[in-house]
Amino acid sequence: MKEFIEKLRTGSLTGDERIIPIYCEYDEPDINRSEVLRYAGFPASVLRAKGKGKKDDSFCEVPTDEELAKRLDEVIGLAKGQFIYRLSYACAVLGRDDEGYPVLPFKQHSDDLKKNLENCRGVIILAATVGAGIDRLIRRYERTGPATGLLLQGMGAERVETLVDAFNDEVNRTCDAMGMKAHPRYSPGYGDLPITVQPDLLKLLEAEKRLGITLNASYMMSPSKSVTAVIGIS
Amino acid sequence: MNILDYMRDNFIILDGGMGTLLQDAGLKPGELPERWNVTHPEEIIRIQKSYFDAGSNVVLANTFGANCLKFDDEELTQLINAAFDNARRAKAESTGKQEKFVALDIGPLGRLLKPYGDYEFEDAVSAYAKTVRIGAAAGADLVFIETMNDSYDTKAALLAVKENCDLPVFVSNAYGSDGKLMTGASPAAMVAMLEGMHADAIGANCSLGPDQLIGVMEEYLEYASVPVLIKPNAGLPRDEGGKTVYDVYPPEFSEAIKKLMEKGVRIAGGCCGTTPDYIKAVAEKAATLKPVPVTDKNRSLISSYTHVVEFGPSPILIGERINPTGKKRFQQALRESDIDYILGEGLKQADAGVQVLDVNVGLPEIDEPAMIERVAKELQAVTDLPLQLDTSDPVAMERGLRCYNGKAMVNSVNGKEEVMEAVFPLVAKYGGFVVALTLDEGGIPESAKERVRIAEKIIKKASEYGISKKNLIFDPLAMTISADTKAALATIEAVHEIRHGLGVNTSLGVSNVSFGLPSRNIITSTFFALTLEQGLSAAIMNPYSYEMMNVYHAFKALHDLDANCTEYIEYAQNLPAQVPAGSQSAGAASGTQGAGSTQGPGGKPAVSPLQNAIIRGLKEQAGNITRELLKENAPLDIVQQEVIPALDIVGKDFEEKKVYLPQLLMAAEASKEAFEEIKKEMAKSADGGGPKRCSFVIATVHGDIHDIGKNIVKLILENYGFDVHDLGKDVPEQTVVDKVVELHAPIVGLSALMTTTVPAMEETIRLLREQAPWAKVTVGGAVMTQEYADRIGADKYCRDAMETVRYAEEVEKSL
Repeated sequence: MKEFIEKLRTGSLTGDERIIPIYCEYDEPDINRSEVLRYAGFPASVLRAKGKGKKDDSFCEVPTDEELAKRLDEVIGLAKGQFIYRLSYACAVLGRDDEGYPVLPFKQHSDDLKKNLENCRGVIILAATVGAGIDRLIRRYERTGPATGLLLQGMGAERVETLVDAFNDEVNRTCDAMGMKAHPRYSPGYGDLPITVQPDLLKLLEAEKRLGITLNASYMMSPSKSVTAVIGIS
Repeated sequence: MNILDYMRDNFIILDGGMGTLLQDAGLKPGELPERWNVTHPEEIIRIQKSYFDAGSNVVLANTFGANCLKFDDEELTQLINAAFDNARRAKAESTGKQEKFVALDIGPLGRLLKPYGDYEFEDAVSAYAKTVRIGAAAGADLVFIETMNDSYDTKAALLAVKENCDLPVFVSNAYGSDGKLMTGASPAAMVAMLEGMHADAIGANCSLGPDQLIGVMEEYLEYASVPVLIKPNAGLPRDEGGKTVYDVYPPEFSEAIKKLMEKGVRIAGGCCGTTPDYIKAVAEKAATLKPVPVTDKNRSLISSYTHVVEFGPSPILIGERINPTGKKRFQQALRESDIDYILGEGLKQADAGVQVLDVNVGLPEIDEPAMIERVAKELQAVTDLPLQLDTSDPVAMERGLRCYNGKAMVNSVNGKEEVMEAVFPLVAKYGGFVVALTLDEGGIPESAKERVRIAEKIIKKASEYGISKKNLIFDPLAMTISADTKAALATIEAVHEIRHGLGVNTSLGVSNVSFGLPSRNIITSTFFALTLEQGLSAAIMNPYSYEMMNVYHAFKALHDLDANCTEYIEYAQNLPAQVPAGSQSAGAASGTQGAGSTQGPGGKPAVSPLQNAIIRGLKEQAGNITRELLKENAPLDIVQQEVIPALDIVGKDFEEKKVYLPQLLMAAEASKEAFEEIKKEMAKSADGGGPKRCSFVIATVHGDIHDIGKNIVKLILENYGFDVHDLGKDVPEQTVVDKVVELHAPIVGLSALMTTTVPAMEETIRLLREQAPWAKVTVGGAVMTQEYADRIGADKYCRDAMETVRYAEEVEKSL
């Protein structure tokens, strides 16, 4: 990645390079309880009443509901050891077609992505998953203990977002160090970038083989707690 | 020469990676490699010949992704035929002197099966079957199923091979660095399932390098009684100046393989990143070794989709509670297809500590084959405990065995010729561990000796079907001592004889022994202890009985089956302070302390203890208090005066944003617990359930597989007493309409999460208007808005569960 960004900076890439997916595994990141609750249906405004938008645990107000806090502890205990943290990414030079739309190694024609990738010379394409274990747990609890099921959903979402955040931070730091800029990551399903790009994107990253991500007939990913995204670099 | 004959005394050398070599030859990202069989046959032949030249005994035809999901029938046939033409040319042109075989290569379909994905198991079997038939006709010497990362998908592929050809079949799975398949299976679990279905060799490929697979291979070698294979990557890939580079080179790679061969691996090759150089090195190393003989490990295993349970070393508890016999509430649940209740029974037993769940859903008015399939699938979606399929109907047994993800326990066969001839072929085909009752045409013999004789007869008959005695477990039948006081002695003796004389596992449904006596638990648990001492391997029992669990834990501690008495100490510490003598139920023992608080959240006016428990989401308390209340109050009064008002308080707080979704659901869970007690009480009375509110059909629309929101709405509606009929997710339009018509339901709720499935919702509404014009339609889901709802012609858009309840009440009033 470092090498790629460096070459982007110096303009020594032609765009004909073979695109190679790189596979990584991460250690377990810390759990952010207020984010779990946010994904489980608590409005951010309630959770961050004191913290003013910071992503931090210390000001989470919710544990004043003792029963809920207890249940959240239980859920965190249940889900312990159920996660894997896998990510596959590929770096690619960004081309432009005649109308200025970005040309990527997967086919798309999106105004919103075009805007997001304005001035970008390259992109990092990624897929990440925290595995099928959490889906099994959700499956188990959503019908027999729906509150637990909901909190597990929240936890799965928090886990995979935290994983992608960790990778994104690496990209940001690397870019910063070289005077480049990483744009906010953009995922299929945002704006007018349809989820129908998923098959090409996942194939490019060898996501089935490396990460175990497959798509169903309506382009939804299994494991459900998986994310794909594009990070533009200018 | 047949590969199985060759394999008996020799190592088998497989080929190496294909993908990377094809990319080097110019295959573009996203291009399907199977098409190269026709467009670039010379490249395929060149690569495959180089593997034969390097010493491969088996080269995989270039058919990894050749399936009917990627190609139409005509192209599929053409590509597979071309693949075999190429591989055979490579074989003919190779200078290698070794025995050479060409395998039909089968990789995953790329669609995850239900319940985690959306693809049907039987559709997967059919898809694989097509590839198998074409490959067999094209002249494959064997079938090689590989890179499978899901056990259910693996079963589908293997079943398709077994049903469509007689070729030898090797099965290889792709493990993660945690040593498990993506969907959770351990190597031992795969061994149990695949050997049960008669795979000829099994093992692992891809994902990792040979050193990272050592643990996985050791587990295979410990359990497998068939040859074990490995086909690892050349380590992990990394990007080096725009080229994929793997970090393990031929010398280290072949050294790692050699070590594994010394441990007993018999079949080896390479996967991603390996080339003919790797294979040559492996073949050279293999030539210096003598193959370790493959032996029968004689382990009695069953499996779920995650793990194995082994019979023999330590006693196994099989939960008996999923069974309608003598249980009114369970019978009602079966008749109403109340699957959640049945699942609840399974999960409660799992929490109580059983290792296997017995599943008996036989009731005269029930379609048992359909029900056992449904319950087995649903149970496997929520618990990873292996199941014991308990039925006397061979049709139901086959349905259960076929759809089961793993190797099931089968209950039961007996010494009757007719029964053995019905059951053993099923076990031979699908795999299984069979409970055999020691009775035959002459009934149940009184003496232990006669029961042992029947056991011997059953062992002999089973062996004719290729079922060895490690896959049998005998139930010498516990008879009630109130009818004959010698009965228990005969059973105890039979357990001893079968276990120690015949060397086969034993199981008992222990509770029968005390039938007709007072305080049955005392007799049953003591009998359990006596039979355990004689070597009983498993008991079908009630895990809610403290006496039984006491015996189980104490026995293990006393028999050196519980290191440092850890399990026992943990069990003892979690026992409630005082267990009343002769208590019937472990679930009933905890008290109701703490439920007396009358302070509602936010200084609300005082509420009753039950209401307090519901509002705060205290499940256990809600159940206990309800049980107490039921002693003096009519069930429906409790609903009207306690439960509904409590739900209203929480519902209102939710609408006013004083509490949020998790808290609403916790309250719903607690009230469900209260309802469960009420239902139990009402099931005792003649009318079975009491009056219900109007029916409400609910479904997630066709194409959409998200049902969390729908499930929440369903739960809250049920709490309010509506007769909810949940059709599940991904429900075809006409199915919704048919149900509404059948019930003449006044209200329908449809959910859609994705914009792509809104048209399916619109179509459902259109059909409803045509065929069920009386029905009111409410819609919801993540993408729904009032505007959308208006546009597709819904009667109402409901933002959340509470709004749906209010609307349903409104509709009901207008009826």
